Amino acid sequence: MKKLNGIKLKHRKNTENSSTVDFPVPEKVTIPMSMTMGAPCQPLVKVGDTVAVGQKIGDTDAAFSAPVHSGVSGKVTAITDYRNVMGTVCKMIEIETDGLQTVSDEVKPPVVTDKESFVKAVRQSGACGLGGAGFPTHIKLNPKADIDTLIINAAECEPYITADYREMMENPQDIINGINLVKSKLGIKTAKLAIEANKPEAIKNFTAMAENDDTIDIITLPSAYPQGAEKVIIYNSTGRIVNEGSLPADAGVIVMNVSTVAFLYRYMQTGMPLVTRRLTIDGNAVGEPKNVRTVIGTSFRELLEFCKADIDSIKKLIAGGPMMGMSVPDIDMPVVKTSNALLAFNHYDERKTSSCIRCGRCVRVCPLGLMPADIDRAYKIRNVEELKKLKVMLCMNCGSCTYVCPANRKLAETNQLAKALIPRK
Amino acid sequence: MDKLIVSPSPHDENYTKTTNIMLNVIIALLPAWGAAIYFFGMRVIPLTAVCIGSCIFFEYVCRQMMKRDNTIGDLSAVVTGLILAMNLPSTLPYWMAVIGSFVAIVIVKQLFGGLGQNFANPAITARIVLMISFPAAMTRWVEPFTHTDLDAISSATPLPLAGTDNAASYLDLFLGKCGGCLGETCSAALLIGGLYLAARKIISLAAPLSFIGSLFVLSWISGSDPVYQILAGGVFLGAFFMATDYATTPITTKGKIVFGLGCGIITFIIRRFGSYPEGVSFSILLMNVLTPYIEQLTRTKVLGAKEAEKNEG
Repeated sequence: MKKLNGIKLKHRKNTENSSTVDFPVPEKVTIPMSMTMGAPCQPLVKVGDTVAVGQKIGDTDAAFSAPVHSGVSGKVTAITDYRNVMGTVCKMIEIETDGLQTVSDEVKPPVVTDKESFVKAVRQSGACGLGGAGFPTHIKLNPKADIDTLIINAAECEPYITADYREMMENPQDIINGINLVKSKLGIKTAKLAIEANKPEAIKNFTAMAENDDTIDIITLPSAYPQGAEKVIIYNSTGRIVNEGSLPADAGVIVMNVSTVAFLYRYMQTGMPLVTRRLTIDGNAVGEPKNVRTVIGTSFRELLEFCKADIDSIKKLIAGGPMMGMSVPDIDMPVVKTSNALLAFNHYDERKTSSCIRCGRCVRVCPLGLMPADIDRAYKIRNVEELKKLKVMLCMNCGSCTYVCPANRKLAETNQLAKALIPRK
Repeated sequence: MDKLIVSPSPHDENYTKTTNIMLNVIIALLPAWGAAIYFFGMRVIPLTAVCIGSCIFFEYVCRQMMKRDNTIGDLSAVVTGLILAMNLPSTLPYWMAVIGSFVAIVIVKQLFGGLGQNFANPAITARIVLMISFPAAMTRWVEPFTHTDLDAISSATPLPLAGTDNAASYLDLFLGKCGGCLGETCSAALLIGGLYLAARKIISLAAPLSFIGSLFVLSWISGSDPVYQILAGGVFLGAFFMATDYATTPITTKGKIVFGLGCGIITFIIRRFGSYPEGVSFSILLMNVLTPYIEQLTRTKVLGAKEAEKNEG
């Protein structure tokens, strides 16, 4: 089996031993109606309405979507327009909390009898992939092809982030139960829990837990970014290749984030939908890096203050990891379902781009075997045929090429721009 | 925090920069350059200074005239000047060296768009132009350690002497105690420099190994002394420092191997059947020209990619 390329990054997992701290319920939360891939929701409440914890406040008829719930009890004070970091515009519900955290009547364990009712319940939970991409979970759990392997993505390959690692250390039984839940409801024979080699404690614990269970394999992934990329983790844990234009399901696998399966298990027990999440708060502008659990809708500013960040010194704020995370334009933006990390930095070096020297580093690091230097050339002259031949559409924007480029060329960005040139069928 | 800076991912970077790479190439060339001073005398120093100085000058003037960014800071002109000097006999008149720099920087590099855009290796092309233009001056080799004499004894390079009674010993060839261009004789120092670059992951050994290996095997099969063939002449300088040039050789490992094999085969053919005793420069130049085609045929395989659809009609 051919070894895929990868890059060695400084792990910077400063918070790996920081147990999750609960952030107190803020006075106000702002909850966007679009936090996952797919269609934005429409608000189900009006200004002046009272809401309770776990109450559904946004939904849509579109199948490719996930409903939105409130994580606080209080009063809806405003519904405004909001543009998220991806540029999507949607409604945003502002709730003033009453501090009582009254739980809604809607919150009760779902009745699940078969696969259909399971998938329905998953949709009602508002679940999406908690690793960062935010793919609605119920879509993933309802594949058209036959699945024989469930891969649990516990790579957490980006520097700084330890949110999934803390889930593995704090709630390992929820993870195992979640895996068994998905396996039994979908009739999947084996599960592979794939963990990057830089988390030896977690690997040891789970290996011991799954010792007498031959339906769960613990896989140690090499410590090379990006192990958590879907195609890479599928290849490295099963040897299967997801072909161009196909889904993982076509290769007989489903890949789920480790925190997502643990959440699903807890939801089936309690009926409490996805209204809180754990995120790693770190970066050199943060005084006390922490793993914080907070209600969705909490503003980034409050969390940064909670972690003793020097707000005035922050020059760059990243939602997610340093490799694939998004720049946050506004410090008052809220925590959403996909926020796995918030990194605040007090420096930003304006990088001057120089000529490509054709050193080939970008080619050597691309896990998929793309040739970013050639794509860069073809993009410059808008050669669409050549871009197609170079398979730019397969780029997953892991950023490795930009990271290693000695000429500071923004190759990953160019790949994304090049994709836009290729007409969709 | 007046405003947050927004930029596309990734937000992290490593610290290998173009300048850093060039600096490493310069460091890697220093042992061979030191050996040149040891064998061929102090004139090596001003000759090198003239090459580097004129390369920087031409680079600066060219960029100014073309109204482009000043690129002296990336040190690529210093590398070109240094490699050019390594390719010249130590007795070469300074003005000829300046012409070499002009060819390398202005014609081969800047007229094709500057760093990374040139199709041929600047120093190799300059060496060939000088060799064709001034064959006498370009082949006035000095016997090592005779540089203190006012009229240095000129000697032949070891290559035409192969198989004769005057052939140099392997040890002399390896250490560089023989006639030749100032930077090409000491294979030991060049090997150290090449291995240093490989250890720093600046170059891949694919091209040097396939170059030297194919020349060795072909010489062996044809009945020449294979060890003598790879140690004499400019094989090590060419293999480690010019067949690994980023801009003018293929990017993929497969491509680099093809490139090295081509260099070895052409060098062998020229040495064996051509009228020039040495073929390294020509082989690299010819393979430079073939590089775009090698690139087309040796692209990487993309994971899970479907074969390109055939164009209609």
